[in-house]
Amino acid sequence: MAFIELQNATKKWAGAVGIDNVSLSIAKGSFVVLLGPSGCGKSTTLRIIAGLEQPDQGRVLIDGRDVTGVPPSKRGISMVFQSYALFPHLNVAENIVFGLKVRGVGRAERDERLETALARTGLKGYELRKPAQLSGGQRQRVALARAIIADHPICLMDEPLSNLDAKLRHSVRQEIRSLQRQLDMTVIYVTHDQTEAMAMADVVVLMKDGKIEQAGSPASLYEEPATAFSASFVGTPPMTLLPASGVPEALLPQPPQAAAKENLILGIRPESIRVTAGSANGLQGTVQNAEFMGAETFLYAGTAAGPLIARLPGRVSRAPGERISLEWDRGDAVLFDKTSGRRLESNSGNAGQKRAVTA
Amino acid sequence: MALYGWMLLAPALILLITFAFIPAFETVWASLYSKGTLRRPSHFVGVENYLSLFSDPAFRKVVTNNLIYAGITIPVSIAIALGMALWANAQIIGRGFVRAAYFTPTMLPMIAAANLWLFFYTPDLGVIDRITALFGFPSVNWLGQQETALYSVIAVTIWKEAGFYMIFYLAALQTISPELREAATVEGAGRWTYTRRVVLPLLAPTTMFVLVNALINSVKLIDHLFILTKGGPDNASKLILYWVWEMAFAYFDTPQAATMTTLILVVLGIVAAVQFAVLERRVHYR
Ligand SMILES: Nc1ncnc2c1ncn2[C@@H]1O[C@H](COP(=O)(O)OP(=O)(O)O)[C@@H](O)[C@H]1O
Ligand SMILES: [Mg+2]
Repeated sequence: MAFIELQNATKKWAGAVGIDNVSLSIAKGSFVVLLGPSGCGKSTTLRIIAGLEQPDQGRVLIDGRDVTGVPPSKRGISMVFQSYALFPHLNVAENIVFGLKVRGVGRAERDERLETALARTGLKGYELRKPAQLSGGQRQRVALARAIIADHPICLMDEPLSNLDAKLRHSVRQEIRSLQRQLDMTVIYVTHDQTEAMAMADVVVLMKDGKIEQAGSPASLYEEPATAFSASFVGTPPMTLLPASGVPEALLPQPPQAAAKENLILGIRPESIRVTAGSANGLQGTVQNAEFMGAETFLYAGTAAGPLIARLPGRVSRAPGERISLEWDRGDAVLFDKTSGRRLESNSGNAGQKRAVTA
Repeated sequence: MALYGWMLLAPALILLITFAFIPAFETVWASLYSKGTLRRPSHFVGVENYLSLFSDPAFRKVVTNNLIYAGITIPVSIAIALGMALWANAQIIGRGFVRAAYFTPTMLPMIAAANLWLFFYTPDLGVIDRITALFGFPSVNWLGQQETALYSVIAVTIWKEAGFYMIFYLAALQTISPELREAATVEGAGRWTYTRRVVLPLLAPTTMFVLVNALINSVKLIDHLFILTKGGPDNASKLILYWVWEMAFAYFDTPQAATMTTLILVVLGIVAAVQFAVLERRVHYR
């Protein structure tokens, strides 16, 4: 069932761990996003799948075939690079058909496929321009056109939007997604931007220090974070993490044994937090800042347990320094083990660490 | 505004006029006068100096020599420089060493390089003869015979220049993003296709620059002749500029030297104009 499979892949450099024993399986036609902070091994994973890097250990399988030692051009993949990697001396059309030309595809077919690729990416009329004469967004499209013209079943993208401005990024990510659906490609997409991951992915693979932290649908990552790291990486603003010992008993889910309380971290999503003026049951805090975002307000508060972010509907005017009480339903909070970072099984959760993804 | 512009230009313009235009003009002027002697002072002769120059067999010899010299040193040193740069750039270990090894000849003054090669070329005692002797070849007077003198000089020039041009190519290669190579690899291009379709076109501006330099050097650089052959034997290795120097400072034939210099100026001017007008349009500049 798995179309692309990475089995126990490890890649190390002198002094640096690229990835450490990573296994991943990706279904045909899915859009998988590798997410994580800079240096966590996303690009290494992608490049091993591409064949631009050889794993020290482990195997890569594509469509059931072991391609571990096979060069990139024989893996049926195309790639979009972060800097686009357009050939500066070739014009748009020449850049797009570069691969077809190298592979010896005939002139007539090349022209026909060029037309289609230009139409799909909205580049008609720019054929004769050199990359230097294009805007960032247009260059990005050329890179995209070069990737789709080959008709390869797999497309790998390494932070393809990171050089675009925020507005453009928003529209291009929808275009990429719809291209992927139209062409029924399997896409592996690398980003450090969790909003991008949440918006685009069928499956998010969250990485940290060369290992997969959690993999699953965007919803499952958000709703059932497996670790404190997942919880704090996903969501804008991210989940607030506080030492459980500093939070009133009434706000803790499933009152744990007194001894364990010191070893627990409480996590609470900003939208689960309510603010009241002066309730003695809540967590006492002081307003530090209120950011009005239009439909909602982010309230930054300081408490004895640590800083906290609440996401409140509408406009909330609270002056810095104002004393407030913070509350939430104890069922909305989650607990993590302080040493391992793992989420503790509560009444309902099934946040067991799923290493391999099957989407 | 116009005045201000001229004021900004003035220093460069004054220097150019004093040290380039005026001497050039005087040279052209001098080429139209006869050589003054005690009995017959110098007088205007028009193109007579040019006519006598063209009919001089020595003139034809040095021009032919210089054409052969340029025709071999330029393409060969550029080809070696490019090949070495591509090779050195591909090495991960020892890249610094390779670079240093090929750059060293460049740092030597031409005179020192010529002295070094004089030692290589010395019949019987020189390094080259000692090596060929091991294989039973007879001793050869590389610099002293007509057939080999010019080519021996050419070898020294290539040895000296190739390393210099390699540095430019290496610098240009470093600016090519490694992602381009990876993109080409993913698209199915092998090492050779990548070099031909991507690297060489991207090196075109460097080649252009190196070509202009090599061309100018093939006329301008004659220091090694003073050490190696002095143009001999029997003009076999004499280049144009050396000949001009001889006429001006050894035979004190100023009009002939001026005539020859004027011709050099005209030819170099035409070459420069052609290069910048024709080639620039075909070369990709980023
Ligand atoms: N070619 C390399 N040589 C040495 N270390 C590398 C190399 N490529 C990546 N690394 C290291 O491997 C780790 C993961 O890198 P990478 O996969 O590029 O991270 P990212 O998630 O930001 O894409 C980093 O610590 C990086 O320094
Ligand atoms: Mg990266």
